[in-house]
Order: sequence, then structure tokens, then C-alpha cells
Amino acid sequence: MLILDCPCCGLRAEETEFTPGGQAHVPRAATGSSDAGFEAYLFLRHNPRGVHFERWRHSYGCGKWFIAARCTLTLEVFGTYAAQLTAPPPEVLDRIRSRRPEWEFRP
Amino acid sequence: MKRYSVFALAREALNRHQGWGRAWASPQPRGRYDVVVVGAGGHGLATAYYLARNHGIRNVAVLEKGWLGGGNTGRNTTIIRSNYLQDASAAIYDKSLQLYEGLSRDLNFNVMFSPRGLVMLAQTEHEVRAFHRTAHANLLQGVATEYIGPEQVRALIPAIRIEGPRYPVLGALWQPRGGTARHDAVAWGLARACSAMGIDIIENCEVTGIASAEGRVTGVSTSRGEIACNKLALVVAGHSSVLAEMAGFRLPLESVPLQALVSEPVKPCLDVVVMANTVHGYISQSDKGEMVIGGGSDGYNAYTQRGSFQHIQETLRALIETFPMLSRLKMLRQWGGIVDMTGDRSPILSKTPLGNCFINCGWGTGGFKAIPGSGWAMAELVARGEPGPLAAAFTLDRFREGRFIDESVAAGVAH
Repeated sequence: MLILDCPCCGLRAEETEFTPGGQAHVPRAATGSSDAGFEAYLFLRHNPRGVHFERWRHSYGCGKWFIAARCTLTLEVFGTYAAQLTAPPPEVLDRIRSRRPEWEFRP
Repeated sequence: MKRYSVFALAREALNRHQGWGRAWASPQPRGRYDVVVVGAGGHGLATAYYLARNHGIRNVAVLEKGWLGGGNTGRNTTIIRSNYLQDASAAIYDKSLQLYEGLSRDLNFNVMFSPRGLVMLAQTEHEVRAFHRTAHANLLQGVATEYIGPEQVRALIPAIRIEGPRYPVLGALWQPRGGTARHDAVAWGLARACSAMGIDIIENCEVTGIASAEGRVTGVSTSRGEIACNKLALVVAGHSSVLAEMAGFRLPLESVPLQALVSEPVKPCLDVVVMANTVHGYISQSDKGEMVIGGGSDGYNAYTQRGSFQHIQETLRALIETFPMLSRLKMLRQWGGIVDMTGDRSPILSKTPLGNCFINCGWGTGGFKAIPGSGWAMAELVARGEPGPLAAAFTLDRFREGRFIDESVAAGVAH
């Protein structure tokens, strides 16, 4: 069971209260992008076995989107932060590095 | 390889069954192979088997991180069918079904293929229309399926509750040739046949790196040493993205847990496979009498091989409405497998950015039924370096070019 803290309303709840929204920080392809750009935006995913940044929506709560940093193997959550941020905040990266020393950030 | 037959059984009965020997060898890895297949699940073993049988390539190693058939091959609900909507899917899945029909004889190993018939329930108006469409498509593809009404469903499945309450059975797509097979036996039979043809099956051998030079793979690093190869085939289902990252490219895949569970054994009461896609539940009865139940997949990426509990609740809640007799059954075991989902819910059998590296992945929630057909097509791709007619549509670049083989609308989640 995955337990998340909503950074928008501050509630802690288990996963049935949230809706997953896929990999976070995917650069958006728009008019003028190449086919490869659209492929990367729509389909290609990191899909890591380990640290993952992922969009979630607090659908049965405040209804807002946020981003969770978690481990796909252990379901450990390293932190959650507002969806407006375009990159993980330093405190979340520090927390991940303290828990996973061998991990490298791949934007 | 000692041939299994009634005479061998009689001979061994007199011999107190002391002379059977191991079904497959357990060799030390050699330094170089013509082809290295990563993953000794059904698809990897079938790839190696057809490489040797159809293309005469026997200097092959199949590397397995854990034990043989211990991934999704040993974790599925063993359903076999070929009633797909798109022509490319129907071709490869029906090839697979045809190969399953003769697989026990081919392998000299009883895979317990049981073509007991498969019913896909239509429980919404949308499904009624979609299954009519699939039945018409199957007619054109030469795949024998039929749309049947609720009375025929009741005749096939006396235990079913036709009239609701939430999801009344409005009809069904019926494939009489569909059914089940014993999943472990498929892996064991293929492994035994591979080993007899001189293929090295190397268990407890995790690939930790892929070495390449000038756009070609030169070999793999493993927990049991370096192994050089002329060609590399990645056939690892849920962990495909992890291996692709070692090889330096990305895949259009997301890995999620898919769950299944079995009940305590009961007397025979269900002699067809029933799939209910609206409620994400499917059920069949094993030869031991257990009800084998498949559920929905998790909505978020994970490699946990167990899945979230609420999906079991959702599946069973819905199945009990359709099969009230299940409500008093105890569930004995539950497990999860990591399935690799593509955007169009169709597999990838393809060349990769590395010239001599090939990938077979993306079977998502429905890989077991495809094992022989997938191995047949993958062996052709690896041996010739170009896809044959079965694999031609399932390339990696279809996502860039927009040539999707869209089964997501037709199949939903349950396979």
C-alpha cells in the first residue's frame, strides 16, 4: 500500500484517494516539434526500477495535481512537491541521495 | 534427451523411476555464443527453441536472472485465445494458438493444452457493439469466433448470473478453440527441448551491463562473467526498460504489477474460460479444481511483484456479482507479475538502435498466450536480421510514425 502526503492540502492518505498521472517533468512537444519530439513526449518513458518522479492528483481530496518522488521497487516515498515546479526541489534530491547513494539524477 | 513415452514410463516403473535424469542441463557459461537471449521465460525459451529448430542456430545461450520460468511465465492465468481486432494481432496470436495445438507433440512434453473454449462477456452496450465488430473482423481474418446471446452464455456457464445487478450479461464473444495450458510445463518443455538441441540455459545469471562498439553489441556482463555474442535478443517483459537503459536507448513502455489469485480447490463447476473486461476480472478452473482469477493492473509504475490490495477487492466484488457461488470460497494464494505496457497495448518485436540487438517486449497483460508465436517471429527476426511477416507491423518506430496497432479499445485491460 502506497501512502502519500498531498503537498497542496497537507493531508496524508493511502493510494485509493489519489489518481496516478504518469512520469513527471516530461518536456512538452508542441507545434513545430519533430516526430521524434512527439514520440518522446507521448510514448518514451524512463520506467526506472528505482527512483521515479511521478504526477499524482488528489482526486478524492483537494483535487490538485502534485509530484511524488518514490521508489518503484520498495514504494518508499522520498517526498512530494507542487506540480508547478519544473524540476525536483533540492531537499527532495538530498533526501533521495541520502537513501540511495548510488542514484544519479537523469533530467 | 530421454524421450517420454508410454514405453519409457513402463521401463521406469520397473526401474523404480531411478533413471529419468534431469530434463535440461545446467552448464557453465562459455565465453562466446552466436546468439545470447536474455530471459528464460516462455518468450525467451521459445525464441531459442525456434532459432534452433527453424533456423539451425544452436550456438545459443539463454540467460536467466532467477530461475527458469519464475517471472511472468509462472505468474499468469494461463489463458490462450486469438480473438483480437487488428489484423496484425490476429495473425501472430492465431499462429501462436495453432502452435499451442501441436506443442505437446512438438516438445515431447505434455503442456496440458486444454482448448475448453473461451467466453468474453459483453456487459455494456459498448462491449456488445465492440464484440460484434471483433467477430466480424475475426471472420475476415479466418479466426473462428462467434457472437452469442445471453441464452447461449447461460447454456455454456450454468453458474453465471445473467441478469445483473450492476452488469447484466448482454451477450458474449465465443472462441471455441481458446482455452488454457499449464504455464510451468510450457517453460519446462521448451527448456528441455532447447537443452536437447545443445542450447545452454544458464540460470542465476543476471545481466549487469551491455557492451557495444560502433553501434553494435559486443557482449554482456553478467553475475557469472563476461559473455561475448554476435547477436543479442532482449526478451525480459517487465524489466525491458532496465535492459534498454544498459544498451543506451529508451522504450515506449511502463511497467506495472498485474495480480492474480487462486481459490481453494473445489469440484468441477466451470468448464470454459470466462473473461469480464468491464469489471477487469477473468476466471477459469484449473485441473486441480482451484478457481484461477486474474485481476486488474495497478495504475502506477512499480516493480514490486505483488500489486495493490484494492484491485483484488474490486475484482472479487465484481466477479461475485456475476458468479454468486464464488462468495464462500477461500482464496489461497495471491501474487503479482510486472507487465510492460505499450501505448497501443500491442507488443514490440523489433530491431533496435544497436544493429545486432533485437527486442521482444510490450506483451503487457497478455503474453502467455503468445509464447510460441512470439518465439517463432522473434527467431525469424534474430536469424535474418529483418522481421518476417508476423513481426513486420510490431516495430519500435511505429510510435514515432503513428502506425499503431490499437488493441487498447478492443481489449481494455483484461487479456
